[in-house]
Amino acid sequence: MRASPAARRIGKHAILLAGAVVMMLPFVWMIATSLEKGGLRNYVEAWSQVPFGTYFLNTLVVTLLTVAGVVVSSALAAYAFATMEFRGRGMLFLLFLSTMMVPQPVYLVPSYIILARLHWIDTFAALIIPWTTNVFSIFLLRQHFRSIPRSLYEAAVLDGCSTFGYLWRVVLPLSRSALVTVILFDVISSWNSFMWPLVVTNSESMRVLQVGLSYFNQEASSNFPLLMAASTFCTLPLLVLFVLSQKQIVSSYARSGLKD
Amino acid sequence: MRSRVKRWTRSVAPLLYILPALAVVAVFRIVPILSSFAVSFTRYDIGGLHRISGLENYARMLGDPRFWSSALNTVYFVLGVVPAGIVIPLALAMLLRGKLAGKSFYRTIYFLPVVTSAVAVSVVWTWLFNPEGGPINSVLMLFGAGPLMWLREPRGVFDMLLSPLGVHPSGMLAGPSLALVALMIVSVWKSIGYNTVLFLAGLENIPGEYYEAARMDGAGGWSSFRHVTWPLLSPTTYYVLVMSTITSFQTFALVYVMTAPPGGGPLGTTNLLVFYLYQKAFDRFDIGYASAISVFLFAILLGLTVLQRRFAGRKVVYE
Repeated sequence: MRASPAARRIGKHAILLAGAVVMMLPFVWMIATSLEKGGLRNYVEAWSQVPFGTYFLNTLVVTLLTVAGVVVSSALAAYAFATMEFRGRGMLFLLFLSTMMVPQPVYLVPSYIILARLHWIDTFAALIIPWTTNVFSIFLLRQHFRSIPRSLYEAAVLDGCSTFGYLWRVVLPLSRSALVTVILFDVISSWNSFMWPLVVTNSESMRVLQVGLSYFNQEASSNFPLLMAASTFCTLPLLVLFVLSQKQIVSSYARSGLKD
Repeated sequence: MRSRVKRWTRSVAPLLYILPALAVVAVFRIVPILSSFAVSFTRYDIGGLHRISGLENYARMLGDPRFWSSALNTVYFVLGVVPAGIVIPLALAMLLRGKLAGKSFYRTIYFLPVVTSAVAVSVVWTWLFNPEGGPINSVLMLFGAGPLMWLREPRGVFDMLLSPLGVHPSGMLAGPSLALVALMIVSVWKSIGYNTVLFLAGLENIPGEYYEAARMDGAGGWSSFRHVTWPLLSPTTYYVLVMSTITSFQTFALVYVMTAPPGGGPLGTTNLLVFYLYQKAFDRFDIGYASAISVFLFAILLGLTVLQRRFAGRKVVYE
């Protein structure tokens, strides 16, 4: 005996909707609690109790500069790996890829020592520079660059295009969707990063949003309306970004799982 | 002249393109990775002096009960999170596959926790799990259950479940504390969307003809899942397995925000390896010892990847 297609469809939606409710409830509770006892005043109070303005600004600076660095350095490296012949290319690429296998906590401690030697602890340099390249981005862009037909390059060279000009005027414009993927990935991971900024900064004026929120959580640990208000405005920018570009983000993440 | 130009484009130009990325990778990945091995064989003093101490840090590790308990907690955590993070997303993806009204709506909602920061997620769930007046206990009490202490409960869940029956498992048999199980719930909730999207992409790569053929052979829903979907999906399943093992081993923010400070949750039962490493390095400045833990962590992750490749990888079917 088989259920009719209509009954199956209703059953599917019942399960999926129940799942969606479970996934959404924490967000609903976050917003509902943030408006308890005082309504929107909770937001003003949370914002002014600790310098969230500074944290936002720091996070924005770090995210923008990190992503700019990633895009520039990854595009250049990926271009060389994809289109140029040189000795040691395979080895070098393998070396890059192998660093991707090592999780961050493994090299956190020695990185801290290096930053301390450079006197970078508690500076923007420590927050930004170590993350201005991303091997995964290089990998993704290289795959894309390689799919561009070689004949385009020969045609461009005949027209007097330089190697860099070809990257700038032909390859990059053809790789818009791959670049958007790289940018979205890095915006999200940079905005949300926590362990690194927690370790490499100490002063309040250098705090980023995630670190600031975790300290606020310790200070105001029983005032849940204020904490929920702070959580709401800390997640809001990315939630907006996600809603605006959800198709692109979801397909980017889906692509991250396809290895070839 | 020409050959010099050629040599320039052959060898120097490519390096110039790679240089910015290479500099960062070398200074902030390769050097730290290699030196974490070196530092693990030293004793690091406040003055920054390293004294070679041989295997001392590793010997300390073997005799450190807190290291072992955090290793055990990590094993519990991974064993809880990884299977749930495969079964639930796979079921959701099976429901979402094909043409379905509202598909992108569901996908968006399931995906929301993935892009939300772990810190904010942890702050919110701390409130949800709050023993006094938190929403989860309120719901439980509607059904006549609870209240539970959740993040403050050090008792093992098997002990809690079985003690009404008069059975009192202790030690490792008591299982992970309820507090650690609460962290597992959050971790699974946060990763469901990502894994679902991966499975969905995998499912949609399976050509329809296979199902057609299975139907011709009289295969029903379960047997076509068993004989078509499961084997052809195996590269995705394998990837999800490896990735979620690696990421759940690295859990830090949940522990830090939800159950610490002062650290490690109720009786240390939510202290996971990466959090322990962090405490040793940055609360105690026991840098050498922390490096030994990180080398251990690396060895475990590498070993697991190799093992999974040998066992699961052998069953992976590529078209």
